[in-house]
Amino acid sequence: MSQHDSVSQLSAAIVWQLERKVSRWLPKTFFHTLLLAGGFVVVLPFMWMITTSLKPLKLTYSPPYLFPTHFEWHNYVIAWKAAPFLRFYLNTTIMAVSIVTGQLILCSMAAYAFARLKFPGRDLLFLVFLGTMMVPFHVTLIPSYLIVKWLGWIDTYQALIMPRLVSAFGIFLLRQYFLTIPTELDEAALLDGCSRLGVLWRIILPLSQPALSALAIFSFLFAWNDFLWPLIVTNDPLMRTIQLGLAMFQGKYGTRWTYLMAGTVTATIPAIIVFLIGQKRFIEGIALTGLKG
Amino acid sequence: MLAHLTSIFKRLRYQWRHGDLPAAIICLLPAAIIFGAFNIFPILYSGYLSLLEWDGLSAARKYVGLRNYVELLSSHDLWNSLRVTIYYMGGVTVLGIAAGLVVALALNKGIRALSFYRAVYFTPVVTSTVAAAVVWKYLFDPGSGFVNVSLRSIGIHAPNWLSSPVWAMPAVILLGVWKRLGFNMVIYLAGLQSIPNEFYDAAKVDGAGGWARFRYITLPLLSPVTLLLVIMSVIDSFLVFDQIFVMTNGGPLQSTEVIGFLLYRYAFRYFKLGYASSVGWVIFAVIFVITLVQWRLFGFGREVRV
Repeated sequence: MSQHDSVSQLSAAIVWQLERKVSRWLPKTFFHTLLLAGGFVVVLPFMWMITTSLKPLKLTYSPPYLFPTHFEWHNYVIAWKAAPFLRFYLNTTIMAVSIVTGQLILCSMAAYAFARLKFPGRDLLFLVFLGTMMVPFHVTLIPSYLIVKWLGWIDTYQALIMPRLVSAFGIFLLRQYFLTIPTELDEAALLDGCSRLGVLWRIILPLSQPALSALAIFSFLFAWNDFLWPLIVTNDPLMRTIQLGLAMFQGKYGTRWTYLMAGTVTATIPAIIVFLIGQKRFIEGIALTGLKG
Repeated sequence: MLAHLTSIFKRLRYQWRHGDLPAAIICLLPAAIIFGAFNIFPILYSGYLSLLEWDGLSAARKYVGLRNYVELLSSHDLWNSLRVTIYYMGGVTVLGIAAGLVVALALNKGIRALSFYRAVYFTPVVTSTVAAAVVWKYLFDPGSGFVNVSLRSIGIHAPNWLSSPVWAMPAVILLGVWKRLGFNMVIYLAGLQSIPNEFYDAAKVDGAGGWARFRYITLPLLSPVTLLLVIMSVIDSFLVFDQIFVMTNGGPLQSTEVIGFLLYRYAFRYFKLGYASSVGWVIFAVIFVITLVQWRLFGFGREVRV
């Protein structure tokens, strides 16, 4: 009819088109903005740590900045000279590698017994192992310390390693995984003359790679980041692990933040690298079990 | 009786010759020895220790019965540290779970770069608590820390966080939330992905809006996940230690002296090993009761599957 009508129709169509576009893109943009903002807050402490570790000491009290503009690598040299970080690395690596190896071997053997073998008292024993998961670390802390002291293990690698070679968590995780493997495979192997331990080695373990690598990453991160146990079983500065060394370094160089942050970067980088390499499997492992190491 | 024993013996002999018993012994023995020596025996030993008055060094161990518990339950330190721990627990649990849910919901919108965001939010979980606490201590430094300098530049006078009895705990809680958020997010994300799309489609047909769908589908179906996260967060909060050691040393004025730190102080600074052991059992008792109550409240009949 009139020009007015067609214009309003046209504009309605444009508005409708726009709305459709917006309603499709706006939520996505909104969520990305939200996630990026949150992610920025999460990443901020890391940026603060790295930037400060590369800052000249004299800039400590000038306005802070989050992206590194100066690269004072010398801070790391000073930090590494002020505390024996190399030795801390060595101690922690020895400890972590032993714990991971022990957990993989001993937990998979125990888990195999609980998942596949028939013997009297099995379920009761498994219940005892599981039950200890409910008891907090604080209950066993003091007696474990006394046992280690009685064995003469203070300031030794055994003290750092032995008590953590087995965990109820590891046994539980692997047992649950082993149970998902069809028993027909075992039976076939047994019929062909494979021994029971042979079944574990040739059938179960090769098929359990995802669970084994999740346990390896769990126990590595646990060992690398652990603090309280090394704190009470070591006195000698040369026996300190990296986290303990960092805490002591912090006590000594409390306000010389640039060196302290260089030490902190030193203490965190290996664990973060291990996480980023094994990230996918690790996160899937957590989602799978709903448990934490 | 004798016949009974003989039959047990016969069964064992059969198991030994034809069954799995030898393999089971080989498989379990190393784990059982280590586990027995450093987990099961210490639990029993700790119960005994809590009945003693002993510094761990001298030969004089005095048996005092339940006196440690009586003294502990009437001490100011215990109730203070329980209050402090519950404050920490409440903060980290509520904020950490809410934040984890929000991030998981945003990530579940079929967004691109999911694995990138997931890695970013998860990195604090795997960062050592000691290192994180050192960095946060500097973030909250009143002189040159990022938080206070930034707030000052926009005209806000920020408190002297870690040396204030009021503000020290919120700072510690923020670190706790930062470290826990990613874990909660991953578990929630797995829970969200297990909700069938048909539920949402049906609700849309019935005209349910975004909020209604969240309120009547997402939230109820996530409740087993939420329960799991609450229990884990509560238990972990009772065990918190490292960040207190680094950031505040329990102070100022015991305002951040969580119960794990109280135990450490009694055992390894005052060498009251018996008394400290009884603190350990109080922690266990509290965790045990909380877990039972939660199971009761939420009805643990349905399996928690993520």
